[in-house]
Amino acid sequence: MNPENSVNQAKPSNLAISVKNLTKTYDKLTAVNDISFEVKAGSTFAFLGPNGAGKTTTIKMLTTLVNPTSGTITVNGIDPVKHGLEARRSFGIVFQDPSLDDELTAYENMFFHAGLYGVPRSQTPEKIHEMLNFVELWDRKDDLVKRFSGGMKRRLEIARGLLHTPAILFLDEPTVGLDPQTRNHIWSYIKKLNKERGLTVFFTTHYMDEVERAADQVVIIDNGKLIANDTVDGIIAKAGAESLEDAFIKLTGHTIRDDQASAADSFRKMAAMHRGGGARR
Amino acid sequence: MKSNFFYVIYILWLRQIKRYFRSRARMIGSLGQPILFLVALGYGLGPTFAKAGGGNYIQFLAPGVIAMGILFTAVFSGIEVIWDRQFGFLKETLVAPVGRFSVMLGRTLGGATVACLQGVIVLIISLFIGFHPAFNSIPLAILFMLGIATVFTALGTGIASVLEDMQGFQLIMNFVVMPTFFLSGALFPLEGVIGMIARFNPLTYGVDGLRATFIGVSTMPGGIWIDGGVLLAVSLVFLGIGAWLFSKIKI
Repeated sequence: MNPENSVNQAKPSNLAISVKNLTKTYDKLTAVNDISFEVKAGSTFAFLGPNGAGKTTTIKMLTTLVNPTSGTITVNGIDPVKHGLEARRSFGIVFQDPSLDDELTAYENMFFHAGLYGVPRSQTPEKIHEMLNFVELWDRKDDLVKRFSGGMKRRLEIARGLLHTPAILFLDEPTVGLDPQTRNHIWSYIKKLNKERGLTVFFTTHYMDEVERAADQVVIIDNGKLIANDTVDGIIAKAGAESLEDAFIKLTGHTIRDDQASAADSFRKMAAMHRGGGARR
Repeated sequence: MKSNFFYVIYILWLRQIKRYFRSRARMIGSLGQPILFLVALGYGLGPTFAKAGGGNYIQFLAPGVIAMGILFTAVFSGIEVIWDRQFGFLKETLVAPVGRFSVMLGRTLGGATVACLQGVIVLIISLFIGFHPAFNSIPLAILFMLGIATVFTALGTGIASVLEDMQGFQLIMNFVVMPTFFLSGALFPLEGVIGMIARFNPLTYGVDGLRATFIGVSTMPGGIWIDGGVLLAVSLVFLGIGAWLFSKIKI
């Protein structure tokens, strides 16, 4: 095979993700500016930053949705730029915005995912049962997803993301907009998966309590640049802060960042206005 | 992985079919327009058409309205890509370890099947309104329906791949779908300038093919073989262009 591949295989196998000098520029905007970090296999890794810092762009690059301008990425020993399909098979992802088909049942959403990911057909019913049971949605398997609450949809997405037994699970703000009970619930699933199956979890969030509770390693980026890479305690100590939230603000400043509205955001606003609820955000 | 290619197409095809049978409101709602055209135009213009020596108008009109039902449903099915983009499901399919070509092909064939089913339902309704086709013509007619459905679902998918949101939808209705319908000979015989323009419209060949199979009347030179050949060629070209545009979608 090509020399790059052999380099990948020669690397210590306990790295789930390795990113070197990663950069992404859009026209004049540098969304991600020369960042490097490594994620150990079997760890929970928090990827933090204010809105517009470049988190989602980085996740898109790690998950083959966007190609980097420069730099190298290795995910599960695979270069996602060169071997996109192979890389995609090795991770699961829960996006920031919901990505379920509302018109289908929970079971059908799982079934279609299994088909798309090439889960062997003989194992599919058993795997779906296992994962829906795990997130406590088996009783609701035949309900249309549009009847689900926000928390149930999130749990279903996590179950779906794990259906093809990936080695890494990417979670982009998995608990945004959920009540504390549901957040708690979701984190208990994630921690369980991490402990019992050695799943590597790569997540972003704005809730610092989640990071303090769950993360083995934390990276903070701001304006596309990496500004911290340490454990929770390490970051707090280095910033001379009292809590992670305090440290985060010390490191990234007090100014409010306005994220650019995505098409989905503006659509939700439109839908909210149609329902007569006025602008909801 | 090669066997997976067809399974993925099947999976995405199945999704479109399931969604169709589940949304009864949409299914019934999209039948309103064809029924209105059949009843209002068929009974309203029928006598005038007969007096002008055109014969039985319902016989002439029904194949056109069946084609219309397919055209509208097909374009809508294609446009659903925008919907999926906004509600997120598109990401689920685009991040899956499958080629985009199979994704596009699966959902387009699913949409085309749905549009074809819609055409069959319009055909059944038209039987009650006074349409009398040659019944042994129906299998061939269904092939033509599938051809029309594939052409316009692929067109819808291609357009939806370029549009970011539903803002451009009215534009497509007014500048693509309606002209395609009115300039296809679905409602009136093609003559003069309109007849010339209509030759560049794939739906013209679909309508003519349907009319030729159902009631044995073809107004296009070359008849049924040319009709079928043009539909097949255009559907392959549109599938190709649609797949290429779909592969360029950024999320």
